[in-house]
Amino acid sequence: MEDTAKSDVRIGVFICDCGSNIAGYLSMKDLVEYAKTLPNVVFVQENLYTCSEGGINGIKAAIPAHGLTRVVVASCTPRTHEPLFQNACEEAGLNPYLFEMANIRDQCSWVHQQVKEKATERAKGQIAMAVAKAARLRELSRIQLGIFYRAVVIGGGVSGMAAAMALGNMGYEVHLVEKEERLGGLLNHLNMVLPAKEPPSRLLDDLRTRLENNPKVTVHTRAQVKKSEGYVGNYQVTINENGNETVVKAGVIIVATGAKVLKPEGLMGYDGEKVITQLELESLLKQGTPSLKNVVMIQCVGSRCAERTYCSRICCMTSVKNAILIREADPSASVTILYRDMQMYGVENEDMFRRSKELGVRYVTYDPERPPEAGDGLVRVYHARMGKEIALPADLVVLATPLVAQDEAQQISTMLKVPLNENGFFLEGHVKLKPLDFATDGVYLCGSARFPSSIREAVSQGLGAASRAAIVLSKEALFTSGIVADINPNTCCGCLGCLEVCPYGAINFFQDRGICQVNKVLCKGCGGCAATCSSGSARLDGFSNDQIYAQIEQALAG
Amino acid sequence: MVEFSGEIGSFKAKVHRKARYVDASKCTACGACAEKCPTKVPNEFNFGLNDRKAIYKDYAQGIPSVYTIDPNHCRVFQGKKCGVCAKQCQAGAIDYEQKDSYVDLEVAAVIVATGYDLFDATRIPEYGYGRFPNVISSLEMERLLSAGGPTAGHLARPSVVKGEARLKELPKLIAKAEKDEKTDAASALNKERKWLEEHVHKYPTAKKLGFIQCVGSRDFRFHKYCSNYCCMHSIKEAIIARDHEPETESYIFYMDLRTVGKGFEEYKIRGAKVSGLKYVRGRVAEVLQDEELNPVVYFEDTEQRCVRSMTLDMVILANACSASKGIVTVAELLGIALDENNFVKTHPNKPLDTSVPGIFTCGCAQGPLDIPESVAQASSAAARAAEVVMTGGRALAV
Ligand SMILES: Cc1cc2nc3c(=O)[nH]c(=O)nc-3n(C[C@H](O)[C@H](O)[C@H](O)COP(=O)(O)OP(=O)(O)OC[C@H]3O[C@@H](n4cnc5c(N)ncnc54)[C@H](O)[C@@H]3O)c2cc1C
Ligand SMILES: Cc1cc2nc3c(=O)[nH]c(=O)nc-3n(C[C@H](O)[C@H](O)[C@H](O)COP(=O)(O)OP(=O)(O)OC[C@H]3O[C@@H](n4cnc5c(N)ncnc54)[C@H](O)[C@@H]3O)c2cc1C
Ligand code: SF4
Ligand code: SF4
Ligand code: SF4
Ligand code: SF4
Ligand code: SF4
Repeated sequence: MEDTAKSDVRIGVFICDCGSNIAGYLSMKDLVEYAKTLPNVVFVQENLYTCSEGGINGIKAAIPAHGLTRVVVASCTPRTHEPLFQNACEEAGLNPYLFEMANIRDQCSWVHQQVKEKATERAKGQIAMAVAKAARLRELSRIQLGIFYRAVVIGGGVSGMAAAMALGNMGYEVHLVEKEERLGGLLNHLNMVLPAKEPPSRLLDDLRTRLENNPKVTVHTRAQVKKSEGYVGNYQVTINENGNETVVKAGVIIVATGAKVLKPEGLMGYDGEKVITQLELESLLKQGTPSLKNVVMIQCVGSRCAERTYCSRICCMTSVKNAILIREADPSASVTILYRDMQMYGVENEDMFRRSKELGVRYVTYDPERPPEAGDGLVRVYHARMGKEIALPADLVVLATPLVAQDEAQQISTMLKVPLNENGFFLEGHVKLKPLDFATDGVYLCGSARFPSSIREAVSQGLGAASRAAIVLSKEALFTSGIVADINPNTCCGCLGCLEVCPYGAINFFQDRGICQVNKVLCKGCGGCAATCSSGSARLDGFSNDQIYAQIEQALAG
Repeated sequence: MVEFSGEIGSFKAKVHRKARYVDASKCTACGACAEKCPTKVPNEFNFGLNDRKAIYKDYAQGIPSVYTIDPNHCRVFQGKKCGVCAKQCQAGAIDYEQKDSYVDLEVAAVIVATGYDLFDATRIPEYGYGRFPNVISSLEMERLLSAGGPTAGHLARPSVVKGEARLKELPKLIAKAEKDEKTDAASALNKERKWLEEHVHKYPTAKKLGFIQCVGSRDFRFHKYCSNYCCMHSIKEAIIARDHEPETESYIFYMDLRTVGKGFEEYKIRGAKVSGLKYVRGRVAEVLQDEELNPVVYFEDTEQRCVRSMTLDMVILANACSASKGIVTVAELLGIALDENNFVKTHPNKPLDTSVPGIFTCGCAQGPLDIPESVAQASSAAARAAEVVMTGGRALAV
């Protein structure tokens, strides 16, 4: 392989004691002497704390004083300290990518505390590897991007409305895109909402008026997003409203497309009349309380089963709510709920659960192995506590069916290059720590599009997504990282290997030329493409093959 | 926070910052001080299952990464001679003269994120917490399972950890009693030592675990509400215990298993299939202890329709999420309303807004929530606060 290390490279190595974290376990003197013997190394310094003000100033002074063209720091982890040292290089006029780190603390002194001599040898190897790579580093640059200070929110249910409201109130222009005739989503079809104990129109009217009065917010109804191109800060979103297309230039996009209620065709004798869904019951109750003698509600119809393993979170609270409303309106009506677990989590739900029991709603558990059967005005179920099957009279059977993904979820997923989970709900960047972000920068999610949620949760997540989006919108400019991939157009054979592995949708295939190309703004520098490319055309700057091979050779030599 | 005044857009707050006796701008968290500090203190972060020093940091990843001197134990503050840490510290960060300080803040908006406190399970005497060493709280279990915890992740029974510590100090105590010619005391101590020697190591590792759900939650005597996250953390702890020790058998005693989050039901199923967890529907009535310090649980098995008992190595309580102890003071200072459970009062349509405009809340301060919901709400509260900050409080909608 061609040796890309240039002879005129001048490397400075800074070796850190990290107090006693490193110096307590390795022989620092040996490391310093060893580093001086490495090729291209012209300056070596030991610091008590390289990250301290003194240490940083030492780097900044040494660069001009010794004509350093590369800097290596052997210390702690790049995860926390690399930016600090890179800044020091930059301030001294050295390109920040001409910097390399060897983690001789976390990867050496901390884990080999008992064997000083061997550990010192190992640290020498790490320093030699870093020096070998440093000699081959090239200047890289970050690209500065402009930002369109505008947001597009897809979906006008409560979560999308809350998101649009928050961004509008912060002073950003927002386009709210709703496919139906009016805003409000599922709430438009509900009778009463608990725990607020009010018709959903209260909240919806309030939100609609405020949105309409907010000069920053443009509402598009009977509208869909047809196309979206670009990247964080720079999206071009084509909105089709009533047949008219407009292109909106936006910096961020929020996905708030909600979910729909599963229609349980073929399950539990569903017929839409005597056996209905909770959503259908809501319309019935909206028209006035029908006279009912015996209502049986069955939970988990079409959920928590082989086909749909998840628990849909909100259907237990919906059943309890409607049971309460029926009993409150007519105390002579009996309501029995057949369930597996009553998911009345938290303060308000458990309160509702208790209230329903006070009102005389009856609860019977059932075993999914022996599910209830409805027919002839009866519901039969095996009663585990009595140890026998019972038959409950029912003039109305109400099935609690789960919220399932919207039909368009797949189209939006492909268009925005954001993933869905196995059930068709949008998949967040990190389940615990980034619940409202996608892995792709500039796109956010909230409400039932993410996972079934209550109104409280949907509103809260809508505001939260707005907050995440505002982080981009409040910046003056965005910068890409210098560590990005590049594909050599002359050797790329268009096999699409890279495109398939890229988790960020950063690679485009150009049909006409039969080659792939990296969008450097979307690329996150994971290196997947470079490792995959069979023609060696994909390269990751900052981790190119010659650099990594030089490190490996050094490791094997040592 | 000790003082508070003003209104939306222009609040004033005074914050009391306690002295650390370590200069935070100099300390690099190298730990050299703690290594040499001669003063050992029971480590409250690990619920006394191990010791820390008088100069300490709760855990390695803690933020800010700064050590702190505990003046209630440090020799210097107890009028004795020491100063070892100051000698050890190469950064010159130790400052025994440091004083408490007060910081005055002028802010447009406030977010209350004071979280929760673990329900005190000694309030339920029938579960034996505090009396039986091998009945532990959910947070103690977290520490036992943690690689950075008192047992480095090994599921040792607390009776063993405590018994070993006791065995170490007994010879000294016995010698002292003998020297003082307190024969009764000495023979009692000798008896204790003999018993411990024979019994402590019989069950070194907890392998048969019982998790009791809804401890202090869904209970009219204490909290009527459901604490939201405890079903899941018990399943998680049981799965991790099994990962650490393949022979672990876990029983989870529950009323409803509330697996409402994304992927939670799947996680529960995996717990049963892959980690062999057994979910037992039924509320535990009582926990007793046998002569080997094994907890014995008595419960109604609602699926088998009978009352049963089971002897276990260790019982883990799913302690309820109680309102944070300091919240009443905070609420009084801020003038915000609390609900009957002492959580910050909010309306379902305005989930982040407290009763005072410009003051918002999120996370467990407003009711039990798991991490994803807390993190999501934190962003939401930030959005509400940003609306105020960026418009001087003019736009307050939703
Ligand atoms: C029967 C029933 C009863 C309920 N009762 C209660 C209750 O009492 N209390 C409570 O807190 N919660 C209740 N809920 C839950 C409540 O409905 C949800 O919390 C709420 O609807 C979630 O709002 P959302 O904005 O996330 O989604 P949605 O309400 O589903 O709104 C999504 C919106 O996006 C639009 N959309 C979808 N795809 C596109 C696209 N491609 N382009 C443009 N627009 C699109 C849809 O048309 C819709 O308007 C109930 C749910 C059901 C099913
Ligand atoms: C045993 C156990 C296991 C768990 N495991 C999981 C899990 O695996 N996954 C999961 O999603 N959730 C889990 N949880 C839930 C998780 O702990 C909570 O969701 C989360 O801690 C809530 O975060 P918070 O910031 O609202 O509150 P907290 O974590 O309680 O933080 C509140 C902070 O505010 C500080 N504070 C309080 N009062 C004041 C005051 N007056 N002034 C200044 N500061 C103050 C406190 O010191 C504390 O640092 C678990 C809970 C328990 C008990
Ligand atoms: S919320 Fe209730 S009815 Fe809905 S899937 Fe979960 S357990 Fe079943
Ligand atoms: S480095 Fe990773 S993110 Fe960048 S183009 Fe290659 S595979 Fe995609
Ligand atoms: S106080 Fe000094 S010795 Fe202690 S951790 Fe901080 S820097 Fe290290
Ligand atoms: S001065 Fe206090 S904290 Fe420091 S070493 Fe002595 S006892 Fe420990
Ligand atoms: S989450 Fe589970 S254990 Fe916790 S209170 Fe609710 S039902 Fe009980």
